[in-house]
Amino acid sequence: MSGREVLVCSGTACRSAGALDVHAKLAAAVEAAGLADEVVLTGTGCAGPCARGPIVQILPDDVLYVQVSPEDAEEIVREHLVEGHIVSRLLWSEDAASPSEVPFFAHQRKTVLANSGVVDPERIDAYESRGGYAALKRALTDMTPEEIVEAVLAAGLRGRGGAGFPTGRKWRFTLDAPGAIKYVVCNADEGDPGAFMDRALLEGDPHAVIEGMAIAARAIGAQHGFVYVRAEYPLAISHLKTALAQARDRGWLGRDVLGTGFDFDVELRIGAGAFVCGEETALLASIEGRRGAPRPRPPFPARSGLYGRPTLINNVETLANVPVVLRDGPEAYASVGTASSKGTKVFALAGQIRNTGLVEVPIGTTLRELVFDIGGGVPDGRRLKAIQIGGPSGGCLPADLLDVPIDYESLTEHGAIMGSGGVIVLDDTACMVSVARFFLDFTASESCGKCLPCRVGIPTMRDILVRITEGNGAPEDLDRLRELARLVKSSALCGLGQTAPNPVLSTLRYFEDEYRAHIEDRICPSGVCTTLAQAFTIDPEACKACGKCAAVCPSGAAHGTPDETYTIDETLCVRCGACFVACPFDAVIRGARS
Amino acid sequence: MPARDTEDRVEDHAGRPDQLIRTLQQVQEESGYVSEESEQRVADALGISIGRVHGVVTFYHLFRTRPPGRHTIRLCLGTACHVLGADRILATLEDELRISVGQTTEDGLFSLEIVRCLGTCSLAPVMMVNEDVHGRLTPEKVRRVLRIYARRKGPSE
Repeated sequence: MSGREVLVCSGTACRSAGALDVHAKLAAAVEAAGLADEVVLTGTGCAGPCARGPIVQILPDDVLYVQVSPEDAEEIVREHLVEGHIVSRLLWSEDAASPSEVPFFAHQRKTVLANSGVVDPERIDAYESRGGYAALKRALTDMTPEEIVEAVLAAGLRGRGGAGFPTGRKWRFTLDAPGAIKYVVCNADEGDPGAFMDRALLEGDPHAVIEGMAIAARAIGAQHGFVYVRAEYPLAISHLKTALAQARDRGWLGRDVLGTGFDFDVELRIGAGAFVCGEETALLASIEGRRGAPRPRPPFPARSGLYGRPTLINNVETLANVPVVLRDGPEAYASVGTASSKGTKVFALAGQIRNTGLVEVPIGTTLRELVFDIGGGVPDGRRLKAIQIGGPSGGCLPADLLDVPIDYESLTEHGAIMGSGGVIVLDDTACMVSVARFFLDFTASESCGKCLPCRVGIPTMRDILVRITEGNGAPEDLDRLRELARLVKSSALCGLGQTAPNPVLSTLRYFEDEYRAHIEDRICPSGVCTTLAQAFTIDPEACKACGKCAAVCPSGAAHGTPDETYTIDETLCVRCGACFVACPFDAVIRGARS
Repeated sequence: MPARDTEDRVEDHAGRPDQLIRTLQQVQEESGYVSEESEQRVADALGISIGRVHGVVTFYHLFRTRPPGRHTIRLCLGTACHVLGADRILATLEDELRISVGQTTEDGLFSLEIVRCLGTCSLAPVMMVNEDVHGRLTPEKVRRVLRIYARRKGPSE
């Protein structure tokens, strides 16, 4: 019973569920059992199944425990580590002790995430012992910049941040651009709501990103790099700082790396909260200490970027793929994926889905595999209505498109985009008009205001959606929305504006009947739009007669006495939802009880 | 003596307009917000106009121009939080604290802000209080969390 490693997921989600406490209790129990010399306890980055955290894995036994509480620590140590019995009540399911037996893991192919959830991200030794920095070493000692760019081109790697531009071509342009001073910038301004893969990568495997940047710098001839990371990710920032210091200490960054004459160092820049800074020219303006307003391209950053110098900008996940390309070789890399989209993609699953979390699959996997086989489908016996993919630039695909393979082209063809890989699952309680309104609220407030189509067009579209959701829509509004969408898409200055109409266009394309119900019948079929909603009712079985609903009700519709359950008089209810918010027992329901 | 520190740190960036955002972040870390006087001091040190400084302060959401409360609540209004009922959580917060987004309670205990996505969608609906993430919120849980922080003295205690 010796030589074991206990991995405790310490990503942001597991931390919030108490993982650090679990870690401390496990450490104490290991110590108390006299196993301190035989058992290594490792805090790791995100293991993936955030909904089931805190996650504990035991190696080499290959046993996965989920929803571990601090009180379980002693039992895990006593039963598993000392006695050698699996604690079955903490397994994912009765018949699944190993992650390979859990569908959530079995359908994945972890390549970029291979270290996340396995290594201690704050120890460079852990990264190096799994082959880390070997690709950089090869790039510096065995390959010319030309050969590196050729390898990335041959691998077919495409940008993982949104548009899917071939990474090797970007590298080629920057390599070919004249100039002695060049920059590499890692775009870690992960702003798409619903996307958290970059956060998880920076938290769980920061050295992979640094190694990717150094290889890129070697390829294009850069001496200096920047990571532009959102301020909203304190743990990622902290792990990145640690990793940068370690990489300098080991000589992977700095002057004359490995005695090859290669000088490269990386500076951290922390964002200040502006979604538009994910756009590359806006991001560069922000690094230079200015307002994050985009500028027209060309010139592209590859020719004139940061401080007017040739600049290569890649996203976190793209850069984390680079060491894999060199390690496995471009042919092996390109053997995964589809004809036009190579490799794997990390997706963040969230919304009304059972297994929320972070997953990685070969590009070309279908939405059905992603949402049902891995994600476990929609909980609470509800029905899948739509899959929102690609964030505010993406679209909502209906349930009958579940067999669409996820690659750049097929998603675009169906009105969504790959984007950064945020997948929000919507069940039949979601109102698609309200979802479209949500995204336009977002893009309207995040527009930098520089160009008119975005500054005026998006709020105009948003106002139409507000009118529709409040029951004041007109039949011609749908055509107006389509026309405005066309104008904004074709004339906005940057990606934010050009893609902002997508959520409206895709919901109009697949859910026009919902728009019509709001406009023609003055009904919100999902009961989300409060002004169109039915009266609230109270579930007598959940009601504890506390009286809070009656206390907040402005119209006297909620009434009752402490001895019985409360009810809401439909004729008096003004649909304000105050009782819905006030009820501590979730007894107040929108609409009639089903 | 935070005021002195701030000045030192501002001076560190003297003549470096590219460090404007970093400088303002340091001012805010020290003072909790960026006052008009700090904007002038930063402008003087970096050798740029106060107009440019103010332009940056007002462009980025994370800069505050008024002192925050003892505890800062950042409610996430990202997509996952939206579909899982963040509006209800916002209503609860506004109702309990008797303030709107962007305001601070009269007793100076809480400031309420919204953010676009905290990247912890698996815990939706979610909010951060200071540096702590609180997920799977219900109105009842929000009230519980508020009571805990109301009893604490400073953000880190």
